[in-house]
Amino acid sequence: MTTTTLPAQRRADTRSQIINILTRTWSLIFLLGLFIFFSATGPGFLTVRNISNILVSSTLVMLMSIGQTYVIITAGIDLSLGWTVGLASVVGATTMRNLANGGMEPVTAIGIGAAAGLAVSLIPGLVNGVLVAKIKVPPFIATLGMFGVIRGAAFLLTDGQNVVGNLPSTVRDSLRVVGNGSLLFYVPDGGFTWLTQPADLTTEQLRTLQKLAPYPVLIVAAVVIIFAFILGRTQFGRHTYAIGGSKDAALRAGINVDRHLLVIYVLAAFTAGIAGVLHIFRFTAGSPLAGEQALLDSVAAVVIGGTNLFGGEGRLSGSVIGALIIAVLQTGLVILAVDALWQFVVVGIIIIIAVLVNQFQAYLERQKAHD
Amino acid sequence: MTNPTPILQAKQVSKFFGGLTALDKVDFEVYPGEVVALLGDNGAGKSTLIKCVSGVYRPEHGEIFFNDQNITHHSPASIRDLGIETIYQDLALAENLDVGGNVFLGKEKKRNFLGLLRVLDDDFMRSEAAQVLERLDIHIPSLKQKLVNLSGGQRQAVAIARALYWNAKLLIMDEPTAALGVPEQRKVLALVRSLREHNIPVIIISHTMQDVLEVADRMVVMRRGRVVANLPRSQADAEILVKHIVGAAEVA
Repeated sequence: MTTTTLPAQRRADTRSQIINILTRTWSLIFLLGLFIFFSATGPGFLTVRNISNILVSSTLVMLMSIGQTYVIITAGIDLSLGWTVGLASVVGATTMRNLANGGMEPVTAIGIGAAAGLAVSLIPGLVNGVLVAKIKVPPFIATLGMFGVIRGAAFLLTDGQNVVGNLPSTVRDSLRVVGNGSLLFYVPDGGFTWLTQPADLTTEQLRTLQKLAPYPVLIVAAVVIIFAFILGRTQFGRHTYAIGGSKDAALRAGINVDRHLLVIYVLAAFTAGIAGVLHIFRFTAGSPLAGEQALLDSVAAVVIGGTNLFGGEGRLSGSVIGALIIAVLQTGLVILAVDALWQFVVVGIIIIIAVLVNQFQAYLERQKAHD
Repeated sequence: MTNPTPILQAKQVSKFFGGLTALDKVDFEVYPGEVVALLGDNGAGKSTLIKCVSGVYRPEHGEIFFNDQNITHHSPASIRDLGIETIYQDLALAENLDVGGNVFLGKEKKRNFLGLLRVLDDDFMRSEAAQVLERLDIHIPSLKQKLVNLSGGQRQAVAIARALYWNAKLLIMDEPTAALGVPEQRKVLALVRSLREHNIPVIIISHTMQDVLEVADRMVVMRRGRVVANLPRSQADAEILVKHIVGAAEVA
């Protein structure tokens, strides 16, 4: 390795550094670009109210993409997460309804129902984990199998209905406090209020009421921070990357790879469980379909965020950006009155770009290694 | 080599796979601080012998001693704990982690964060890795780089550094130069020499006659499961070794 650098080589280094930074940050730049574009062209896009709505609508995909990121970093994939969201919401809502109808305090019923929803989400995670880690079923197949099983289970529990409704109104009111609530409200010329929506608002004031810190967003932000911390700073996170990078290396280093993978599939299912319970709070109902459409979006968010589908590479912040890109696109296209179906086309194209950027980056790294 | 007690001693080791005799009463010793080359054609029994030493296989007959301790029936993990480290051709490194991450893989150093959380101490791991690399006289431009950005020789160095850091007392290297370009091969051979200077014995399995003659103190040639030659470097040259490998020496 020589230490003398010629000007030409230094220029080449600078260029490759710039390319490197661009490949790492393009999704963030793209998000900002989208944001500026819609702000400039879409009337009403750049308002606190709309941005707050975008954030709330991104929570489902974001939660699922958190677990998915972990799984994909280990070179796996979890196709069953969407139905795990549905199962958790169905079990949670049914439990709340039955307990409240049996005379239990609404808040207690909600607490027990939420716990039941979270608990039931662990079951598909455990099964996936055992299939992948112990029985060595390829993740795609194992979780595709669970996809069918949970889908059936969720609909069996609702007798084939799409919605678990009929929650007592006392329960629904309590759910709304969290699901539609905010830590901080702002009414133009009415000032700020904490925790509860100001009472006695005129229709005009209700229309301009702004939620500055919606609870669903705060909850998801907390989950993101915790999972990002685990992935980036702890031994558990390090071993997750190691397994994705080289299972052999992890095994020979004495890491219990099987147990680690099992825990990861359970964690992923748990994030889907949180999403399912959050669905109950937001919509005051459960539905087997709660997460169905978000599954591919969650994979898309992870890939757009730069996580490598072959494992070993990826960051949670990338997945968060990916989920935000999808949410901004959905809302922005609606505001521009573009047919909503176009969002599928656009998201599809972005996924392909993301994978190309990923491959380009890997190509650059190989080049550098062979210099 | 006048040192009387071998650090590793295999006595009359035999290993069968069905009707095939993979090892036939093999005697093999390694003395402190020497580099032993293990030569032989494909199927001669080199890998089988190495796998018996590292605990992957259990021999049917014979015994293996390491520092006077009988390790014939130890597990691979306990043999590694005793200090016999095998570096396979694929190196078993996580290419997506940096040097410190690899040296400490599975035994990560942690520190307290905000009182109760345990987080990775990357600075510590990086500086420890840097020290061990320095001891081996290896320079890697940035220790924050992932291994995928390093050359084959540098990765080989990381694998060796990892073994050394965890107190390897005997290093087994399987074809260490096979996948490398010529300048990189030189670096790895220099590494092997510096291991000898640190008094750590090395067993090298290699097909490359040049490498072996350049770096090994003693050459052991195997053929059809037996040791057919055991020569100090002063008595070995490429011609003699090839004759032993192909079996022509037995006839002559």
